[in-house]
Amino acid sequence: MIFTFSDNDEIAFEILAKVREIADSQELSSIVLGKHGKEEDYIAHGADKVFFIESELHADLVVDCISTLIDQHKPEVLLIGGTRLGKEVAPRIAQRYGVGCATDCIDLSIKDDQLNIQRLVLGGRFIATQKFVRKPQIATVMPRRFEKKADKIREGEIIEFACEPAEPMVDVLEIMEKAIQEVRIEEAEIIVSVGRGLKKKEDLKIITDLAEVLRGAVGCSRSIAADLKWLPEQHWVGLSGHKVNPGLYIAIGISGQVQHIAGIRDAKTIIAINNDPNAPIFKACDYGIIGDLYEIVPTLTEIIRKQV
Amino acid sequence: MEIVVCVKQIFDLNQIKEDAATKRPVTEGVTRKISDFDKNALEEALRLKEKHGGKVVVLVSGTKEAAKEALAMGADEAIVYLTETDSLGTASLLAGIIQPMKFDLILCGEASIDEYAFQVGPRLAEALGIPVLTYARKIEVNNGTIIAERELENRYEVVKAHLPVLVTVNKAINEPRIPTLLQIVGASKKKITELSPEKTEIGVETVNIETIEMKRKEIILENIEKLAGVILSEK
Repeated sequence: MIFTFSDNDEIAFEILAKVREIADSQELSSIVLGKHGKEEDYIAHGADKVFFIESELHADLVVDCISTLIDQHKPEVLLIGGTRLGKEVAPRIAQRYGVGCATDCIDLSIKDDQLNIQRLVLGGRFIATQKFVRKPQIATVMPRRFEKKADKIREGEIIEFACEPAEPMVDVLEIMEKAIQEVRIEEAEIIVSVGRGLKKKEDLKIITDLAEVLRGAVGCSRSIAADLKWLPEQHWVGLSGHKVNPGLYIAIGISGQVQHIAGIRDAKTIIAINNDPNAPIFKACDYGIIGDLYEIVPTLTEIIRKQV
Repeated sequence: MEIVVCVKQIFDLNQIKEDAATKRPVTEGVTRKISDFDKNALEEALRLKEKHGGKVVVLVSGTKEAAKEALAMGADEAIVYLTETDSLGTASLLAGIIQPMKFDLILCGEASIDEYAFQVGPRLAEALGIPVLTYARKIEVNNGTIIAERELENRYEVVKAHLPVLVTVNKAINEPRIPTLLQIVGASKKKITELSPEKTEIGVETVNIETIEMKRKEIILENIEKLAGVILSEK
């Protein structure tokens, strides 16, 4: 039996699609915490059973409720969406059962109840294949790794589960939504990133304008954040900065040193704009254009502005 | 206030090369350093001590060199151990060391920058049965309670818990200090306890590790219109 849980439904659906693909004969159950209304969606996306728990999404409650379900049903595998909440609750549950946990998995395989996973290690430059010593085998799955699939006529069972968690040890006093420019670069779906090809700080506007028309986040290389300090540290992409996994990464005036490339390994599509045809970034991108960023980027922004 | 800080010494990732034949990482001769966010955790502990008094004990996974660096930054005492294990093993080992100690607060980096597993902090709190506040970018301690501002995907959360508490911190919380020469020399007088832990139980086994083959298209476009076309179709 395989259990899935995510506080983010999209990632839960991605995991369900992947499990259906690799282990279709297994019984697949989704744990859904929150308000009623999306149980059927989970069935449509691949769950055989939904354990619905009416509860707020508080890490302490999630840990207790999932543990109760593990005690009752003894699943071989528990797959959790790799959100910040997911990455807190997965190791906590694993510690309770004295078992291993692999976070931010980029691929999975299941054979005879054995889960094998792949994840990036050593700052994103190497890929490790790992297996579990004991069960339950617990892993969190990185967002946007798999395509969700829905089938409206799929049938499944919805079970209302009354969980009796302990009183949470942490009180949430206040929640403040982030402004769009505060969203962490690790979570951004489009990133427009700039490097040493930019001549002065004032020219950042060229970059932020493009990011704005694309509704993307602004990233940068080491020199811009750490040496010149033209952008705060949270924009720094790379081995010592932040590892990112956007659908689209546009590297502007970034030469493409190993450390930077290590931070963008998980990007779906990488585009490079650089005036040096020998820049290593051209060997690490999907699409590249050779030329002066001061000519290319403003024109590009205008073309895109007209089309969106 | 009695504060325990857990730090991990990691390989300087910039120096790791790959073996051309096996594609495996080569770590021989690579220097080691304290993982970035762990330094933020230590810095925060030192600031809390400066404000509230007390003691900072640092638990170091690594060599004595890392312990000396932490002491030079201002920790009062170091316990150092070197062992090959995973997150389960580390958390269980740390829990065993910390259990008999008197502590109000445990600080950890939210993740180590080599593994980015985000596991040891939450696991350790679970093992000790104390509250955990993850991803903190600001903390304040007052009369036996702690208030932290946590950074999540699309929001910040202000949370409160009663001590003892474990907090994992991110990079935004502070700028770690660089010890002066005088502090480095002064640190040599501070106490370092070396532990040789027995082999710990692990939960995950690495079957294989190798460099990632970049499979990118490497298509050079001739003009901006084509570039715009690609961007619009990919977004």
